[in-house]
Amino acid sequence: MSASTFGSGIRRREDPRLITGSASYTDDIVLPGMLHAAMLRSPYAHARIASIDTSAAEAASGVVAVYTGADTEGEIAPAPCAWLLPNSGLTIADYHCVAKDTVRYVGDIVAVVVAESRYQAYDALDLIDVDYDPLDPVVEPKKSAADGAPQLHAEIEGNQAFHWTVTGGGDIDEAFESADVVVKEKIVQQRLIPNAMETRAALASYTPATGELTLWNTTQNPHIVRFLCSLVIGVPEDRLRVIAPEVGGGFGSKIAVYPADFITVFCSKKLGVPVKWVETRSENYQATTHGRDHVQEIELAATAEGKIVGLRATVWAGMGAYLSTAAPGIPTILHGLMLSGVYDIPAIHEDVYGLYTNTTPVEAYRGAGRPEATFMVERLVDLLAAKTGKDPADVRRLNFIPKFDDGHDVVTGLTYDSGDYDGALDKLLDKAGYSELRAEQAAGRESGRYIGLGLSTYVEICGLGPSQVAGAIGFQGGLWESAILRFHPSGKVHVMIGASPHGQGEETTFAQIVAGELGVSPEDVKVVHGDTDNTPMGWGTYGSRTTAVGGAALAVAARKIRDKAKIIAAHLLEAAVEDMEYEDGKFFVKGSPDSSKTIQDIALMANVAWDMPEGVEAGLEATSFYDPPNFVFPYGAHLAVVEVEPETGHVSLRRYVAVDDCGPQINPMIVEGQVHGGIVQGIGQALWEEGVYDEDGQLLTGTMLDYALPRADLLPDIEVHSTVTPSPHHPLGVKGIGEAGTIASTAAVYNAVIDALEPLGVEGVNMPLTPERVWRAIQEANGRN
Amino acid sequence: MFAPEFDYYRAGSVAEARELLGQHPDSKLLAGGHSLIPILKLRLAAPSALIDIGRIDSLRGIDSGGMGISIGALTTHAEIAASDEVRSMATALSEAAGQIGDPAVRNRGTIGGNVAHADPASDLPAVLTCLGAEFVIEGSGGKREVPASEFFEGLMTTALGEDEVLATIEVPKSQNGEASAYSKFAHPASRYSVIGAAAKVGLSEGVFTSARVVLGGLAPAPVRAEAVENALVGQAATTELIAEASRKTGESLAVDDLLGDVYASAEYRKASAHAWVRGALTAAVARVR
Repeated sequence: MSASTFGSGIRRREDPRLITGSASYTDDIVLPGMLHAAMLRSPYAHARIASIDTSAAEAASGVVAVYTGADTEGEIAPAPCAWLLPNSGLTIADYHCVAKDTVRYVGDIVAVVVAESRYQAYDALDLIDVDYDPLDPVVEPKKSAADGAPQLHAEIEGNQAFHWTVTGGGDIDEAFESADVVVKEKIVQQRLIPNAMETRAALASYTPATGELTLWNTTQNPHIVRFLCSLVIGVPEDRLRVIAPEVGGGFGSKIAVYPADFITVFCSKKLGVPVKWVETRSENYQATTHGRDHVQEIELAATAEGKIVGLRATVWAGMGAYLSTAAPGIPTILHGLMLSGVYDIPAIHEDVYGLYTNTTPVEAYRGAGRPEATFMVERLVDLLAAKTGKDPADVRRLNFIPKFDDGHDVVTGLTYDSGDYDGALDKLLDKAGYSELRAEQAAGRESGRYIGLGLSTYVEICGLGPSQVAGAIGFQGGLWESAILRFHPSGKVHVMIGASPHGQGEETTFAQIVAGELGVSPEDVKVVHGDTDNTPMGWGTYGSRTTAVGGAALAVAARKIRDKAKIIAAHLLEAAVEDMEYEDGKFFVKGSPDSSKTIQDIALMANVAWDMPEGVEAGLEATSFYDPPNFVFPYGAHLAVVEVEPETGHVSLRRYVAVDDCGPQINPMIVEGQVHGGIVQGIGQALWEEGVYDEDGQLLTGTMLDYALPRADLLPDIEVHSTVTPSPHHPLGVKGIGEAGTIASTAAVYNAVIDALEPLGVEGVNMPLTPERVWRAIQEANGRN
Repeated sequence: MFAPEFDYYRAGSVAEARELLGQHPDSKLLAGGHSLIPILKLRLAAPSALIDIGRIDSLRGIDSGGMGISIGALTTHAEIAASDEVRSMATALSEAAGQIGDPAVRNRGTIGGNVAHADPASDLPAVLTCLGAEFVIEGSGGKREVPASEFFEGLMTTALGEDEVLATIEVPKSQNGEASAYSKFAHPASRYSVIGAAAKVGLSEGVFTSARVVLGGLAPAPVRAEAVENALVGQAATTELIAEASRKTGESLAVDDLLGDVYASAEYRKASAHAWVRGALTAAVARVR
């Protein structure tokens, strides 16, 4: 590998087009004769549709067509759930793209208007007369599980989508019975609303003469969209082209395939012209998938010294009104299997109840299951520290899995790849000046200042994942990635990859991987992604898997090219292949580095093919399909320092220090950016963000005026550090970093606030930690004292 | 997120704007558009016509040559925040204008549009009431002046008549021994005030000769904290006195229409408002000294 390319913080090649406004998103694409669709969405969380009268809308200016559930019956299959969680009694309610007779959340689609302009389409929505018979809704997962709760789906008893369990290690009941110390907590992982800068959009163009359909779609996984769209809408996969043009962020909300996308395709098929649908921001809040929404009851058993002997939990996970594409795997596989965290825990048991509620469907949201798991474990460890009178750092050290570099089994059944959790924590405490901070905290308490320190030591599972495991856990797809790497005659490189980055900077990091493997300049590597007609199959960008899996595919393809180039070089230098050496883009006979052939020389020869070795094909190109042997497990240690104003409950974040280990860093600047963004999103959950429904199922935080996203002026500089522990099974040793910050930071900030409030006797506060919630918790503690 | 259909007129003068208002019942004046356009896009209002007064230059600008500071209704928040005269002679207004929304909002939003909209969570109504501003209104009977304390009548309701145009806001200058300040608890999403406290004080030899404290964000219209004011006047301006007087904020909030929402309840706002009152008073006193 060349030191100047792999490991260098070169600037992102994506940025010039993004910051000058010349990038082209789905809404920027205009086709001749294109019409515009608008969705009529239910204003009720739960209601029967008694009747729909579309006549006035149909007669409105510019309106071409209005379709209701009666029109789409048999033409659009229900939106699929594609994670068929085994051994969980999974029940999948039909998710009709246009509601048939019942609406089950505010935002459920009731009709679609197609018109000549967007204004005309939206104006006509007001002219559709729908007669609803309201039904009682239920919005909270635990209430949905209760006897007598309103029932969402007639065929599904008790609103239960699934009941999944994980049990590992020793007897859990015995662990708790024999424990010296037990700590318990109830946690609400509040509902979060992803806010990609680009709202969702689709442009469908169906050509009746050929039966071919092109769908521009803002998605994290165009190949999955093609696969599922062909099943839902009946266009054969070979005639269906899905293009993810520039995609303005996703955070998990653009994994799912959505009713509105299928409806847009249906409209184009029906009318034989291109139809575009672009979500408004209000629709985005109502109808693009949400995240989290757990009620957790958790407990930890330990010895008097603080050594953990067991962890037990029950989780009620709100799934929304229907199961979104990957939803069942999030609060289960990506959550429950991670409950050992960075600790040696001999017995673990968790029950997870997935429940239908009259709310927007829930999906993966940055971290997806792992933040919810990390929070549980890190909260319990802090409670254990308090109960045993130890410093939280010491309790963590006592329970850490010792350093390992090639596999460690935890009782949930996973094999972590490599880790040095003590190393990360040591570095964190050193960089942060932990003991000085503790002294400052103690001094502050003397003078009535409430400073808190919060640790979060995490490990996460990403780089999803071996396809065999995907099959075993019910994921209805593979989890490999593929890449095609091709040399042009002039020595420039063309990369086509199935993964679909959308803001993470992988056009740059992929070029750096190729540059590192083949000794070319990153400038000479073009990276093409996002178009199913121009890229090999890939399973998408989510779960911090694009660099970890797609990048590995690329490295493997590059190494295949190097092997072939070496054979050609040996031929041209009239030497035996086994006598050839390779270094930084040059091939030479051992001991004669002055007489060499560059990779570009060989690319030219392979393309013109004037003088090729016997039996070697022309061209310098390779395809690889990389199916990882295991997941990768990045980890780290984070510290938040807060100060709380007890009079008003205001929390200010004074410092945030992070140590993350994602193995060797291809581009440290991009890693730092991912860590920053991830941390901020996790802080958002701790302090500001909450999707709130009232009891009628109306979304009270339905705009950016109400839903508080993190803002730069409320954040300190984030201090980013790292350690480097390669993954033993990965061709480049790298692990994912896209979600790590989010997985760690919510617990760090929460623990810090509770630490600050410790002298006031505050035990727990629901997130987000708004001034009023903190103030009330202090009032309640005062009342108890 | 798409406004309902409306007609659009651009007025070249205040007289023309008034004429158009008369011709189009159910119309609205459009200035910077930062209150009106979001309401239209959420379809919470559907006026038949918008009358754009945004290019009437006579309504724009800051003139401090007279007795008070005269601010044209179309002057933007950014212009007010950048004005040296406003900063030195009506500091609370400068501070409030500089904290409205974000730079994009401050570059478009106007003082006249803001107060005519009279959002109870807006910063300027409390500040202008505290500073004793007068609103110059042009209507069929000619010009009239309405003090801020009478202009804001309730939730998004003002003394402006249907065919009237708000032309100028006259803000008294701080005199020797006087200063003002604004202290705000901003909603983390909207940046509107959850609690906004404006204070103007007069000091002579360390003793309060005058004090005016007005709160925004808590009630449909600005609320004067007279209990706080009374506890200050005639007393030495010590840290302890300011803290003690501020604690009387709640006495002035014993009204039944206090505002609350999913983020901050009325009870919490009432219980914690004193901290912002104390902040504003402390800053104002420091400025006099």
